[in-house]
Amino acid sequence: MRWVLAFLLAVLGASAAAQDALPPAPYAYKQLDDPVLEAEATALMETLRCLRCQSQSINDSDAPMAGDMRHQVRSRILAGEEPKEVRAWLIERYGDYVSYQPEVSSTTWPLFAVPIALVLIVLLVLLRRLGLRRKTGDS
Amino acid sequence: MRTIFFIPLALFLFFAGLAGYMLTQEKNQTVASAMIDKALPEFDLEPAYDGLPGASRADFIGGEPKLLNIWASWCLPCIAEAPQLEALKEEGVEIIGIAIRDTPEDVTNFLDRHGNPYTRIGADDISALQIEIGAAGVPETFVIDGEGSIRYQHIGDIRENDVPKLLQVLEDVR
Repeated sequence: MRWVLAFLLAVLGASAAAQDALPPAPYAYKQLDDPVLEAEATALMETLRCLRCQSQSINDSDAPMAGDMRHQVRSRILAGEEPKEVRAWLIERYGDYVSYQPEVSSTTWPLFAVPIALVLIVLLVLLRRLGLRRKTGDS
Repeated sequence: MRTIFFIPLALFLFFAGLAGYMLTQEKNQTVASAMIDKALPEFDLEPAYDGLPGASRADFIGGEPKLLNIWASWCLPCIAEAPQLEALKEEGVEIIGIAIRDTPEDVTNFLDRHGNPYTRIGADDISALQIEIGAAGVPETFVIDGEGSIRYQHIGDIRENDVPKLLQVLEDVR
């Protein structure tokens, strides 16, 4: 592992120099001592989007900002906040964009309404068709 | 053939056309802050180096609107932005810097090489204030009015043609 890292650093020297020199935030890579709280935090972090690397969750990303966001999540969970409060805190700052778990809001309601509408339409069509067939069968 | 049979085909062509059109469009990856027109959160950051004081929410209260500039010495676009910050400073704008994940030595070197448009620079070692105000990247610049409300967000480095817009916003929120 260390050799791989040394190799990567040598090859990617230029881009590595563009990174900051500070160590990661305390809870960026350190798990919470309480396994129950850590499980809560991990489940939450898997559904929060990394803003610098937008197809990854902050749990998957090694971007410094994702580490800083993990620190926020873990320290808030440790301070007794509920996961949904932490999610709401982030959505208040970055909008729905930061959450991989869609919540019903003024912009996301079609996500929930369209499937229900489609099922209703299919049911209607089916009922009409079956009804028609039964009638023609009767006559 | 009844026209109703063509509806699925028409829908398919519509979505295929839409997808094709979107592929030709430039991808917008910026994430806007949802904190515009909300109060600047409470914070109190240590000085980023020994040349200027640190920054807190209280520094924005009272007086003229100010710029809150999120930057870092390791950030290349911040070098491109430096002349524009200098120009804003010459227009009499007070710029308070927030140095993200930075060291005092690097901050000193950066300011020596690219100029110092700031009156204060707070050190945000774990991007706490950056996340608190909904900034997704570095650099970003926020206009804060004299009552401590966040009024405008500029994402990315400030180019020459962004300076009049920022001056206009600073004037509008007085």
